[in-house]
Amino acid sequence: MSQIDVGEAITRAHHEEWARVVAALTRRFGDLDIAEEAAAEAFATAVGRWPADGVPPNPGAWLTTTANRKAIDRIRRENNRDDKQKEAQLLYDDDPPGPLGVIEDDRLRLIFTCCHPALAMETRMALTLRMVGGLAVPEIARAFLVQETAVGQRITRAKAKIKAARIPYRVPCAEDLPARISGVLAVLYLVFNEGYLATGPDTDPVRHDLIAEAIRLTRLIRALMPEDGEAAGLLALMLLTEARRTARVSASGELVTLDEQDRGTWDAALIAEGHRLVRERLAARVAPGRYQILAAISAVHTSARDVRATDWSQVVALYDHLVRLDPSPIIALNRAIAVAELDGPEVALAAVDRLEDKLAGYHAYHATRADLLRRLGRSQKSRAAYDKAIELAGNTAETASLTRRRDQLA
Amino acid sequence: MQYLVSVIHDSTELATADEMAAIDVFNDRLQAEGHWVFAAGLGSPSTATVIDNRGGEAVFTDGPFVESKEYLAGFWIMEAADLDVALKLAAEGSKACNRKVEVRPLLGE
Repeated sequence: MSQIDVGEAITRAHHEEWARVVAALTRRFGDLDIAEEAAAEAFATAVGRWPADGVPPNPGAWLTTTANRKAIDRIRRENNRDDKQKEAQLLYDDDPPGPLGVIEDDRLRLIFTCCHPALAMETRMALTLRMVGGLAVPEIARAFLVQETAVGQRITRAKAKIKAARIPYRVPCAEDLPARISGVLAVLYLVFNEGYLATGPDTDPVRHDLIAEAIRLTRLIRALMPEDGEAAGLLALMLLTEARRTARVSASGELVTLDEQDRGTWDAALIAEGHRLVRERLAARVAPGRYQILAAISAVHTSARDVRATDWSQVVALYDHLVRLDPSPIIALNRAIAVAELDGPEVALAAVDRLEDKLAGYHAYHATRADLLRRLGRSQKSRAAYDKAIELAGNTAETASLTRRRDQLA
Repeated sequence: MQYLVSVIHDSTELATADEMAAIDVFNDRLQAEGHWVFAAGLGSPSTATVIDNRGGEAVFTDGPFVESKEYLAGFWIMEAADLDVALKLAAEGSKACNRKVEVRPLLGE
């Protein structure tokens, strides 16, 4: 096997096995810190050994066994420094867990622990990317544009809190499950959005690493909880958004809005998969949650040949549904954008202006107003709204697009 | 595992009769379900005295150790299997006493 093949095998094993190894060790040793460190050591050992010894026939089992040994080594070392408790822990649950049902997958326990509501949202994101996604601390720091030490401390503190306050390592009971799943999905959606519309003046407008990771983890949740409609909805939403990625930013680094995108460059395979998930949810005949509705809206857009062929009445109807579930002003703003296509910019502008109190500090509010005012031929007011939007926008590609539109005003 | 559930309050008003009744119901439940360790309400911060005997001679100072808008008005110590159980109980406690609460694990086994 060539060096390149071994490298690929290690990368694949990291993607496929990292969370499994951390999860299995956390269950066995009851300690996230030990599990994380041992998993990292096992992968480092693989990098050292596989090129010479060859890739083992079952990389996952090899990694788990190696990590187990590393963990036991560490615990023995610490026991020598007189820690009787851990010795006791070593005595039980010495068998590898047997085949388990879907809901019993250790990775699911890991996800629920990392996304526990007693942790701050930023901590949940960092911890999930580290423990479940296997991203290294510097990668997480780069993705969120924060100092490595800050991410490291956040993760260390979280592990200490999980241990000291005894945040449980288990899938929540049926009664708590819906709320807790929506907490997990919220973490993944935030990771995705940070990748999709990265903020910061010097950052790439799109962070592919975060997007890929969010999709991968959402696929995992979907596989582990196939009955959950919102997990399917979120995955569909991510896929249908990701499908338009190349069309979304122009060669000159400008954000391209939906109406101006070259639909021929959309990823047909991702769209097909997204549409399949949306159809599956429609067939389930269960009242959809917000991710399913957002995915359905995305499905309407990605079904249309061009912006004129879009079924705008369907889009507005879906937004009406969404507003009833989530009366946030941002949903109302997006609804108004669809209303502009159905009932004209005048009607939409009136709806947008009603949101001023709540959204005056949000760049998309001003960008939407600017666009509607431009379409109504009110250039001066449109220019002022573009100025405000440019001032507030944090994404470089979006700023470029807004600036061009402003400068094209009569 | 034991948790300290602190009751946080921002005025010196005592619990109302309705709040007291709800707290009693909640305490009875804690006892019946084996979560009860201890609970008490505290006198207002102005009744506190700070003592510093690190220097060998005790120094007494009138008032709480830190002046703040919010202060500790009372507490529970609860027995709970893990934080999920403690958080659920604390949420019910917050509702019963009609105040914010903070949950912290006690150290040691």
